[in-house]
Order: sequence, then structure tokens, then C-alpha cells
Amino acid sequence: MGEDAESPKINHTFLRDYVTEADVISTVEFNQTGDLLATGDKGGRVVIFQRETEVYSGEYNVYSTFQSHEPDFDYLKSLEIEEKINKIRWLPQQNAAHFLLSTNDKTIKLWKVSERDKRPEGYNLKDEEGRIKDVSTITSLQVPILKPTDLMVEVRPRRVFANGHTYHVNSISVNSDGETYLSADDLRINMWHLGITDRSFNIVDIKPANMEDLTEVITAAEFHPHHCHLFVYSSSKGSLRLCDMRASALCDKHAKLYEEPEDPGSRSFFSEIISSVSDVKFSHSGRYMLTRDYLTAKVWDLHMDKGPVETYQVHEYLRSKLCSLYENDCIFDKFECVWNSSDSVIMTGAYNSFFRMFDRETGRGVTLEAWRESSKPRAVLRTRRVYTGGKRRRGDVGVDSLDFTKKILHMAWHPAENIIAIAATNNLYIFQDRVNPDAQTQ
Amino acid sequence: MINTMECVADAQSLISISLMKIHNSRTQRGGIKLHKNLLVSYVLRNARQVYIKEKYAEIYRMQQYEEVMTVCNEIQELNPLELDAEDTEDEDLTRTACCGEEFHRGSIKEPEPVYYRSCCMEAPLPSPCDQLPVNINMHCNKTTVLDLDTHVVTTVDNGYIHQDCCCDAFQCAQSAQSPAKKRKMDFGYCASDLDDFTTSRKRLKREDCLYSCQDFTDTSNISNLISIFGSGFSGLLSRQADLEQICSKQALAGLGAWTRAIVAF
Repeated sequence: MGEDAESPKINHTFLRDYVTEADVISTVEFNQTGDLLATGDKGGRVVIFQRETEVYSGEYNVYSTFQSHEPDFDYLKSLEIEEKINKIRWLPQQNAAHFLLSTNDKTIKLWKVSERDKRPEGYNLKDEEGRIKDVSTITSLQVPILKPTDLMVEVRPRRVFANGHTYHVNSISVNSDGETYLSADDLRINMWHLGITDRSFNIVDIKPANMEDLTEVITAAEFHPHHCHLFVYSSSKGSLRLCDMRASALCDKHAKLYEEPEDPGSRSFFSEIISSVSDVKFSHSGRYMLTRDYLTAKVWDLHMDKGPVETYQVHEYLRSKLCSLYENDCIFDKFECVWNSSDSVIMTGAYNSFFRMFDRETGRGVTLEAWRESSKPRAVLRTRRVYTGGKRRRGDVGVDSLDFTKKILHMAWHPAENIIAIAATNNLYIFQDRVNPDAQTQ
Repeated sequence: MINTMECVADAQSLISISLMKIHNSRTQRGGIKLHKNLLVSYVLRNARQVYIKEKYAEIYRMQQYEEVMTVCNEIQELNPLELDAEDTEDEDLTRTACCGEEFHRGSIKEPEPVYYRSCCMEAPLPSPCDQLPVNINMHCNKTTVLDLDTHVVTTVDNGYIHQDCCCDAFQCAQSAQSPAKKRKMDFGYCASDLDDFTTSRKRLKREDCLYSCQDFTDTSNISNLISIFGSGFSGLLSRQADLEQICSKQALAGLGAWTRAIVAF
């Protein structure tokens, strides 16, 4: 799925710039093989892309589209429930069908995505249009046979996990056991069985007895990729808590607490905001965790809780602009972060359609841009730079020229290859590494 | 400690911006976002700390100056046989020590809620110094209260509490108690309760448009708003004030509105 071809005759610029709020992509996720890519948007729709298998390093084309969530209303609390898809997670594939979980603020749904390329023909009691035949006209019996037809993709809701959360759901994570998954809201984490919708187990509850004493909320949660009893959740205070479900039914008490002491010299009005963790991801190896706060991305070693082992400055030049970013609400943006398949590179988004990749071995970072004006299909992305002083190079962008409405919040990295999917407002960009299409093994 | 290079004007604008965000969050689609409003409350608290610290420092400097001036004047008029002068001096020193103590206590008193008199006070008040004079606008005898719902500010004369205002304060304080208890059981109900109470109760009014930045940056308004908030996030939700003190604490009359605005967090 590349970019749309531009018509040379009609100027579509004004149409392109107009973005319907509902079309803004809110989540992106590859399945376990990388053949399918799902996106969710603010309008509650899910679009699934499938990779061409016949061609090596083929493109992604639209596979299926369906309406996952509708706007809802809680009459008891007089609250509108947004249909925006917060997260999508694929289940490990067990048969020909694919399953995915999608969630909005309140309700999680399990969808079955299956293909149908054959249809039965030759019914005895029904005609071709499906109308019941007059029995008196039937003179002989025939055995219906399956005949190939055009491929049809069917998406059906198989489970609806409702009424499990009082607050806004921010994360879902499928367990490695293949049977359970967790869902996290601001104050609680629930564990569900994929087959049971009428009950869930609450495993974390940080709601204080007196809401006046509230000091932090849960911002993200994820199961360990290999150990089905371990999960991690991040907080608005910048800490991570690793919990072991074998220890007790309620994991309010963490097994390990990961936090970095605050530097008193850098204290500001916005210290609490910029230290809030917006995303946490386990590495594929399960040894490390990657977190993102407003200005940095950090790699944590599960064996060391005193602080991160690596810290990457994503856009340190924004530190002096925090007041303006607070005024225009950009300081509350929640950026995601991802690992590559070999855990050697991490990636996260920024403003002005920029996203950043950091090589963990060298510690070096590169800035790339997801913007159709500056890249054509098949063209090699050139690196970008934000000018923060020193010698200014051609193409550098000044900090004050950054477009804060163009933010890269959501992204995904193919589980096996160097293919990345970047959501830029209502556009999806898929980039592939031509030099090293396969990830380097370590 | 917050970098004190941030001037008081920044703190004032941050307070007004934060209040605006909290107010706007009540009407946004999808319900109040707990995480965002918690973070906004932290900014509010930080800005308030800086603002109050600067104000206390200013009060302390002014009082020290007055003390020095008083001593100078006394030196000029000094009659060794007159004992009253010494008593006055002692009284001033006591008051200074008392206020100095309050200053010291105020700077480290987090996050315990402290209730400040919102109404302005003339400098040499004989009343017991059990409340901290936050508002340093010595010439203002008015209290400004804010209505989040009708966007009206009313300035009330100090010492002349309107009967309806007082009664409403009592009603607001009382009514704020039961929904607060209810909310402890189930937080999720607060948002609907918000709408119930905002329409049914008479609020202290704001005359000018809420969105006028000029009003928000006015020093006396900020001082009064800070006194309403008390200290820290825990201070954003009111503990029940004594009935006898309700009439003397005009700011608490508006606590009902604030409670309902903030309780969702």
C-alpha cells in the first residue's frame, strides 16, 4: 500500500488537507506472521491489509474493512462512549481463520476473520437464488458440490467483553498461553479468558479508598512474551511494575518496581507530565522493556530496577517549549514505541511527521519523515534533522517551524522483517528496508 | 523545588490555563479523562506552590520593612520612661514571628490541606493569626468567587456576606458532603452527579466571560482561586468545614462547585 497517485490535471491539495476526524488512525498492529496488518481509527472502523504472497517483499493491499465499535451512551452515568479504537491485538493463529481483539474505551471485542472462496451449488430443496423449491417439481436427487468463487472475507464478532471497566481502557495484551488476555484502564487491570465474556478477574487495582489521595494512574500494560505469569504495567509517575500472578490473585503488590530517580535540577512545572510513561513494550527476547515518555525512550533490563540501561533523547529541543506545548495540549500526546524483530533497533514517533529510529549498538539515532510530499513510492527515505544550533545544513527544520498537528503516535514493526507501518493522522505509510529486507539475526 | 527562575507571572498564567483545561474537560466527548486531569492538577499544584511562595516572600519582606520602619520611628520618638512603645514593639515582633512561622509552615506544608482566608485583610488586623493572609492586595476588601457553569464572577464585599451567599455556602457545603460519600463507593457516577448539581444550585457568579484571559491573570482573582484550592491534589477536594466558619470563609461557599468539578478525578 503505497501512496495514492496524484492526478496531474486536478489539484487535490485542498481535499488532501481536509481530514475527517473519524479517519484518524488510532492504532496499528501486525499479526504474528506479518502477513496481516490491522489499523483502527477514531470512527471505530478496522481496516485489515494483507501482504501479497506471490511477490517477494510484496505490497500490502486492503483485505477487509469492518465497523468494530459504534458510538455508545452510558445512560446511567450520562456519558458518551467514544467509538475510537484504542488498541488492536492479534491472537496467535490456530487454524485457517484469524482472530483479533479490538477495544474502545469500555468494550473489548473478539473478531473472527475468515476467507471463503468456495460455495456449495446444487441444492435439492433450494434454487440458485436460495428460494425454496416446490417439492413437486423435484424429480431427481443430486449431491451438492463446492465450486470456487471469488474470494470473500468474512468478519464476524465472536465475543463481546463488556462492562469490565469503569475507566478508559488503554491497553490489551494477549497472554502467551493463548487462552487469556489482560485489559487495563486508568486504575484497574482485568484478566479475561478468551472464551468467557460474562466475568473477568481483577488482578490489579490501584484505586485509593479516597479518590482525593489519587496520585498516579495506569498508562499501559503488557504480558511477558514467554512467561505467562508475568506482566508489566506503567504509571503516570514514570515507574514500571512487574507483577507475578503466581504470587497472589491480586497483584497490587509488585514483584519488581522499576523507576529512575528524578533529577532535582531539572524540576519544572511539567516534571510530572513529561515523566508519565505513554507506552511499554517487552523486547522479543523478553529480557528488556522499552518505555516512552514525552521526551525520551528508555530501555530497561528486567534484572535491574534502579534505572534504565539506555536512554534515548527523542526531541530534547522541546524541553524549552513545554509551556507552549502545555497550552496547546500537545504535552499530553501519547507516543508509542516499538522494537524491531531482533531487538537491535527501537523506533518511536515525534512531531512534524517525523519518527526516530535508534540503533542500540551504536546509540545513534536517525530522523525520518512520513510525508507524501517529500517521498514518492519506491524512493529511499532521506534522513531529516531538526536544527538546534551549530552549523545549519540544507533541509534542516527549525524548532519553531515544526508542525505539531502532524504527530506520529502509532506505529508497528513487522515481527520478522524490516518493514514498518507508520500512522500519520489519516494516512498509513509502509516502509521497507531494501538493503536488508530480512532482519539481521544476533 | 521548582526552578525559581519561573516568575510569578508564569505561575499565574499556568494556573488560569490549568483551570480552563479542567473546566473544558467536563464537556468533552468521551467523558472526563482521569489521566489528563491528574496531570493538569499537578501543574496546578506546582504553579500554586511557586505563586504562594513568592507571595509569602513578598509579605515577609514587606513586614520586615514595616518592622524596620516602626523601629526607626520609635527610635525617633523614643522616651525611655514610656512603656507602651515596648509593648507595641513586642506585639509587632510577635505578629511577625507568628507570620514568619506561618510562612515557614506554609512552604513545607504539603500535601496536607490548609485553608486560607480568601478574603483580603487590612495589614494590622487584631484577629488571631490562625488563618494565613494569602491575598496581599491590601486595598481590596472584596472576595472574588467563580462560577464554572454560568461563567460569572461576583465580587463580594468583605465583612458583608450576602445572606443568600451564606445560605448557599451552607447548602453547598452540606450537599457536597453526600455526593462525596456516594462517589467514594463508585467513582464512575461522579460525572452524572456533576451535571445534576451544577444546574440545581445557585452558584457564586462570575460577571465577566470565563474566557477572558485578562480576568484570569488579575492578581486578586488568582489569590482567591488559590485559596479555594487549598494545597495539593488532596486539597482540591474539600474536607468538611465547620459550620461556624462557613460564613467567615466565603471561598468555601464555592467549594461545592469545585468539588463537583474536581471530584471526578
